[in-house]
Amino acid sequence: MEKKNIMLSFKGEMSTDLLTSILQIIENKLDRFGESSKVKKRMFNIMVECLQNLHHHITQPAKDAGKDMPSVIVMVAKNLTGYSIITGNFVEDKEVGDLKNRLEEINSMNSEEVKQLYKSVLAEGKMSEKGGGGLGMIDIARKSGEKLDFGFIPFGEDKSFFSLNVKVK
Amino acid sequence: MDSINIEGTPKTPTVKFDEQSGVLVIRGRSIPENSIDFYKPLNDWLDAYAEGDGQGLTLNMELEYFNTSSSKCILDVFKKLENISKQGKRVAVKWHYEEDDEDMLEAGEDYDAIIDIEFEMVKVEEI
Repeated sequence: MEKKNIMLSFKGEMSTDLLTSILQIIENKLDRFGESSKVKKRMFNIMVECLQNLHHHITQPAKDAGKDMPSVIVMVAKNLTGYSIITGNFVEDKEVGDLKNRLEEINSMNSEEVKQLYKSVLAEGKMSEKGGGGLGMIDIARKSGEKLDFGFIPFGEDKSFFSLNVKVK
Repeated sequence: MDSINIEGTPKTPTVKFDEQSGVLVIRGRSIPENSIDFYKPLNDWLDAYAEGDGQGLTLNMELEYFNTSSSKCILDVFKKLENISKQGKRVAVKWHYEEDDEDMLEAGEDYDAIIDIEFEMVKVEEI
């Protein structure tokens, strides 16, 4: 990926203020690109979900991994076919199985099935403590219309680094 | 009963009830990190409305964006409207969406399918 195509790149701690600033920067850039309001809305929606996921589900890496270890990464890039929203964060190994299963389940579905899944989780699912209720990833997949591109890299004794690349056209 | 009037912010919508016309409007962006806290006053108000002597209301949904954290709370709002309707009061929902925003139209159709109130879909140029 050429450097000039990266619209925003960040590593560090996610906060509410930072989240707001990132959204603002991306909105301004999309305006400057003269992007259609449909793409702008999709980008905005997916970014909100991705960033709020990062904000809600942060696991710090092991202390002995070094003090300056970034807690999350966010990158937004423009490419020939559209945009990529890339996030990375640490997760507990014990959470990896569930998360991986959910993402693989979503990826195995066509767009109509993803839409039905969203509707059934919305109608029946219970709200989690953090208010998410498991809809975030489903919504991201539904709005992206592409398969979720993800990976887990083992990190230290009981953590993994989770990366997610969401494509928007 | 007390009316409800919450000013919008960049992350939360304007919520306003006009007693004269019986119109409740929810307008703007709903992307708070803690949506349960934000929607509690509205849901409490709707509970009180169901018990009160109001004749009925029309909800104008005019959202530009909402996050998945808000989506459950919005469902709760509609469930409260269902309850108000069961009390024999008149309830109408007008779901507004911008003309090229099929995602927002689909979101309205999702709620319409779950909730036992018929939605009117209103296409507008800009919210």
